[in-house]
Amino acid sequence: MADAGAQPLYQARIPIYTRSVKGRFRNLKWGILGLAYSVYFLLPWLRWERNVGPDQAVLFDISARKFYLFDLVVHAQDLFWLAGFLVIAALLLFFVTGIAGRVFCGYFCFQTLWTDLYMLIERLVQGDRVARIRLDKAPWSAAKLLRKGLTHFLWLLAAFLTGLTFTLYWEDAPRLIVDWFTGKAPFAAYATTLFLTATTYVMAGLAREQVCTYMCPYARFQSVMFDADTRIVAYDVSRGEAGRGRHRVTRELKSREQRQAQGVGECIDCGYCVQVCPTGIDIRDGLQVQCISCALCIDACGTIMDSLGWGKSLIGYTSEKQAAGLPSRLWKPRTVAYGLVLLGAIAALVWSVGNQAPLELSVVQLRQPLFVRLSDGRIQNSYELHMENKTDEPVQVAIMMRGLAGAQLDLGKLDSVELPPQRALHVLARVRWGSSRDTKGSRGFAFNIVPQRRDELGMISAPATFYLPGVDY
Amino acid sequence: MSDKKARSQGAVQTTGHAWDGDIQEFNNPLPTWWLWAFYATVVFALIYWVLYPAWPVGGSFTKGLFNDITFVDSDGSVKTTHWNTRALLIRDLKEGEEARLSAEYMSKVADASYAQILADPEMMAYTRSVAKGLFGDNCAACHGSGGQGVIGLFPNLADDAWLWGGSIDQIHKTIAEGRYGFMPAFRDTFNDKQLRDVASYVLSLSGNKVDNAARARGEKIFQTQEGGCHYCHTPAGTGLKSQGAADLTDQIWTIADVNGTDDPAVKLERVEKVISGGVQRQMPHWSERLTPAQIKLLTVYVHELGGGQ
Repeated sequence: MADAGAQPLYQARIPIYTRSVKGRFRNLKWGILGLAYSVYFLLPWLRWERNVGPDQAVLFDISARKFYLFDLVVHAQDLFWLAGFLVIAALLLFFVTGIAGRVFCGYFCFQTLWTDLYMLIERLVQGDRVARIRLDKAPWSAAKLLRKGLTHFLWLLAAFLTGLTFTLYWEDAPRLIVDWFTGKAPFAAYATTLFLTATTYVMAGLAREQVCTYMCPYARFQSVMFDADTRIVAYDVSRGEAGRGRHRVTRELKSREQRQAQGVGECIDCGYCVQVCPTGIDIRDGLQVQCISCALCIDACGTIMDSLGWGKSLIGYTSEKQAAGLPSRLWKPRTVAYGLVLLGAIAALVWSVGNQAPLELSVVQLRQPLFVRLSDGRIQNSYELHMENKTDEPVQVAIMMRGLAGAQLDLGKLDSVELPPQRALHVLARVRWGSSRDTKGSRGFAFNIVPQRRDELGMISAPATFYLPGVDY
Repeated sequence: MSDKKARSQGAVQTTGHAWDGDIQEFNNPLPTWWLWAFYATVVFALIYWVLYPAWPVGGSFTKGLFNDITFVDSDGSVKTTHWNTRALLIRDLKEGEEARLSAEYMSKVADASYAQILADPEMMAYTRSVAKGLFGDNCAACHGSGGQGVIGLFPNLADDAWLWGGSIDQIHKTIAEGRYGFMPAFRDTFNDKQLRDVASYVLSLSGNKVDNAARARGEKIFQTQEGGCHYCHTPAGTGLKSQGAADLTDQIWTIADVNGTDDPAVKLERVEKVISGGVQRQMPHWSERLTPAQIKLLTVYVHELGGGQ
């Protein structure tokens, strides 16, 4: 155990100074980033005309228990759609990861998107990799303070806008933003904004690849979905290393022919692929747990190979099998199964959303008391009818019952009620039945609500049970 | 290779131990920021202790700083206290968004007439939800949480029999002013045979099969000054609502549990016992304990329970 003390208990982060790169994948990622940011930052400001409800296209109204998504209004009891959406998201992740690896991590994850933005800010203020390394090593000066300060200020500003935008999804955006800056917004709005400002700043500005390596569970369990046919970002070892390995360009090893003659690979060991890596790994060591498949090393090597005129990038999307020269299959039973289940889940959700009932009725039996005997010997059961109108128009409905011959339905003065648009209403119904004292047990029947002058809505029915005395329930 | 490993973050160190020549142990030390995150939680706890009630000190505890809550207590006095969830709850019940909405509805219902409330499904739904709580707090101790009552003691409010009348006005009067129900005991007036005769007649009124001779003798006692029953229960047996006298012709028995047995002899015995011992029941008046609006809500609620009149 004598040498245990020599081992550090904690591992300091090795700073990563990413170098900028241009190329096909970088452009694709900028495109995705632009699109995602446009949606995220602009969506709360999109107005939408509705007969009833707010004029915001996307609004999650917690206090009214309604989610507004363009023309779709998600009510509290429709929240299982969220479960369906999450199932689809999970299946999509399994499906895509099985085929193409960590596509989500590299192109779509908000950690990647925001880190990209923060790196862009860093580069615009402090310069590229070498300039940043030099700045960090330089003693503190006014110029250094200004550059560092400006970077952190812009990071915080971006974080604040991110947090503020998130809160705009939960309230009327134009009103909330005025309230926010005049101190009239609810506490939750300030708390959420500041919390997300802090987390965005810390995660995208300071923690970066540490989030992917140490915190993120998806990063780890995506590895489980990999197999030898999964597309991964990999280095072409046979071409890059050839027989004697990589080597820098020297006078004797200048052209491809010279290198081939000496058995040296095409990798000139320039290190560009390592310098652009946001997680600081060397892809030439093979597939590693830190790799988020961002594909920037493909662009980096591509740039070098282009300038040398040696063909395409040494790093590219391939699979383990393909790299070993074996045939690689894209469609395997597992991916097909994922695909089918995914399509099934999407179809089920679309069907469910498309067939959202315009009117809803549910029946709650009053159980205290379950029944009472009336003066004429009949038995009375009481029910609370929960009716909901999900349309934008008021609907007049008649309340009826069916399936209990000779029963009397008493609704007080509310035999026919008007359901306000996008609102729920509870009505107490009393049912009287059973003149014979010998009748025991329970009987099933149904309540119906029949829209008046709105035939297209159709009759809504809900089952109920009538309980009689004489049996221990 | 070694300098390449050092450059790469993916490299895994070993502890330096080696067993059997080549078995080594990986070393994956925690990142340092993890340690700092732990220290941050310690700092958070320290700040929390200062700002919020935290440590017990003798019979008291530290109250925290800058966390006063001002609220209006149930007796109307304005109080300021250190942060605690009870004060927060009282404040929210008075000033929260839901409290504001409820107050709005309450004043709407308070301003409406009974006829307006009964015809408005929204006001009825509000009444039911609020009055259910009021009923639970004030009425359920005797009448049961669903108004089902207790046979022999407290009337069932969920059926359609109303001792004092089932109209809105009568129910309102019952709740506001209370009721005193009284039937004299006949144990000193009637002998055992007379008790049986009257009970037979009373049971026959609601269609029970009884001895015809006894019924005829009982009718005479009931309908004449000998028993005087008809004064309150009326000659037809339907009962005077002004006296709270029970309707003897229907199938509902609030004192004698006639429906609870199929044995005619037991039924007879149970009715005899009521005639012999009399009835004395009282419901307190609520006009001083509840606000007019609360009495209004309860009136509508009780009216709706059994279907009202």
